[in-house]
Amino acid sequence: MSILNPFFGKFGGQYVPQLLIPVLDQLEQAFVEARDDPSFQQELSTLLSEYVGRPTPITKCQNLTKGTKTTIYLKREDLLHGGAHKTNQVIAQALLARRMGKTRVIAETGAGQHGVATAIACALFGFKCRIYMGKTDVERQKPNVVRMRLMGAEVVPVTTGVGTLKEACNEALKDWAENFETTHYMLGTAAGPHPFPVLVKHFQKIIGEEAKQQILKAEGRLPDAIIACVGGGSNAIGLFTDFIKEKDVKIYGVEPGGLGVETGKHGAPLGHGTEGIFFGAHSYNMQDDYGQINESHSISAGLDFPSVGPEHAYLKDCGRVEYVNATDEEALAAFMDLSRHEGIIPALESSHALAHALRMARNNPEKEQLLLVNLSGRGDKDIFTVTKILEERGQL
Amino acid sequence: MSRYEKLFEKLKDKNEGAFVPFAVLGHPTLEDSEKILDTYIESGADALEVGIPFSDPGADGPVIMTADRRALNNGANTPRCFEIVRKIRAKHPDTPIGMLMYINLVYRPGIENFFRMAAEAGVDSVLIADVPVEMFESDGLPWAKAAEENGIDLIFIAPPNASDDEVRKIARYSKGYIYLVSRTGVTGAGHEAGHPVARVVNMLKEMKAPPAMLGFGISQPEHVREAIKHGAAGAITGSALVKIIEENLDDKEKMLSLLREKVSSLKAATRSQA
Repeated sequence: MSILNPFFGKFGGQYVPQLLIPVLDQLEQAFVEARDDPSFQQELSTLLSEYVGRPTPITKCQNLTKGTKTTIYLKREDLLHGGAHKTNQVIAQALLARRMGKTRVIAETGAGQHGVATAIACALFGFKCRIYMGKTDVERQKPNVVRMRLMGAEVVPVTTGVGTLKEACNEALKDWAENFETTHYMLGTAAGPHPFPVLVKHFQKIIGEEAKQQILKAEGRLPDAIIACVGGGSNAIGLFTDFIKEKDVKIYGVEPGGLGVETGKHGAPLGHGTEGIFFGAHSYNMQDDYGQINESHSISAGLDFPSVGPEHAYLKDCGRVEYVNATDEEALAAFMDLSRHEGIIPALESSHALAHALRMARNNPEKEQLLLVNLSGRGDKDIFTVTKILEERGQL
Repeated sequence: MSRYEKLFEKLKDKNEGAFVPFAVLGHPTLEDSEKILDTYIESGADALEVGIPFSDPGADGPVIMTADRRALNNGANTPRCFEIVRKIRAKHPDTPIGMLMYINLVYRPGIENFFRMAAEAGVDSVLIADVPVEMFESDGLPWAKAAEENGIDLIFIAPPNASDDEVRKIARYSKGYIYLVSRTGVTGAGHEAGHPVARVVNMLKEMKAPPAMLGFGISQPEHVREAIKHGAAGAITGSALVKIIEENLDDKEKMLSLLREKVSSLKAATRSQA
């Protein structure tokens, strides 16, 4: 039996084979003990400041919103070691894995950012490391595959289905069901069976806690709205958690609209999916009337997922967070805008959040508004994908 | 008396174990699927275990995963799968039919609706691979009510690492039979079954739980003999049979004759107890 409540309202849970319950219980136990252990907190905090690079700054955009009365601040998770917010919670999970006496770590990855973070932690802690990554993603996020391999991780391309994040998640869970005695499954997002959504949130909420203090210091007030992209939902829940209680702050989660939600080629289960139980949790899925899971689509591998973390399902239903979407085209435009006008190349994932912020600015040029966007990762991994598109269009 | 109770009583009188073959409904095609199930029964299967193919079968190895994909590509869906079961039930009124399901295919059409469809098709039991007893007890969804109102037995898996508390719950909530697993990992013949875990088997017997049948990694007659020798009431074979289907897609006659041979030899192993 779990110690903490595995549900967010009716969402969440622990829908896994009976075989995996004891190992989820073991992880929860280790998490609950470590959370309140000063020596664990001390070690984590030292690693975060001296190795990972916390705190990250917030950056006020200088040129991006010219011609409007909107001010945009970026929370610079792209500056972390590894290049994305993923490193925050991976370091914490590595400490937990060591506490549990595990010697091997497995993980799923989409964009490769979580895979890179996992490879970093495994190199640092001396764990054997295997990363499951869909074959399509191995192709489109090559630089991250190289980085993982350089740091000693074994990258296994998953060839089933269309070969994206969903298939990688399935394979990681299967590996865990076989090898849980020695192996920790370092799940990369605030999704999956309990305790992962709770655990990942706990170690990502530092994003919002820092950003809140930073923007109060810079502007003397809270932002009007905060915005993050949502794939599984870890950078979003990390930004949102400390702002949930601030009722005057609007919160937007931006799902990938892909080729447009009307085409069905998207990755927006919150906005355009239905309730179901998949990947260990009750949440929203892209699925048919019988419960078969559909393939998602997004230009960004990290958001290309047909389900979402259960707490986001809860926050949608209770109305605290508004979930919108940005298409591939809108994300690409935001990617170009930030690169050209601010000298920051964002991850295609984070570009979705930025696209919504720019939409808010341009739709209301006369409105004075203060927006905070989570720039969850940097875009080095995406330069080949973007270059190819621009060359095909004769724009580069 | 349920079909399972009648079956186990009959087998006890004959001093035999149960042999239960598994098939993915609609695999490789809707038409072949019915013939395959007929062949299983004609070759001595004591009961059937069937699954509706799922897009993301997280507890299955590559053989069943590929079969699920093929069945879906060939037009399998929930109503068509129930239609196959209905035809089998009409031809074989006494054979227990169990379903092995993933939760989303039960949840999405509506839990009560799913169990009603299953009952109408003639299904005896439903095992949902990703509903552990902890969720069954606490999630507030109408699993027990839907099963009971439709006269369907719920089955739970007893894995080798289950705590004593979990084994007690599995024994309490399962009707019909208990699905015993002796090793970690997913389904598949590549990774052989070990002996049933004595602690689990003994606890289940002490609690007078329904008979336990061993599954996962049973591909040879000696696996069946070993399972029964170590206290299981029978054995379930899936991947080894599905693999025969997969390897003979171009020759349906050969496929059915190899299946007949395999099922007969696995069933024979339930009789040869010294």
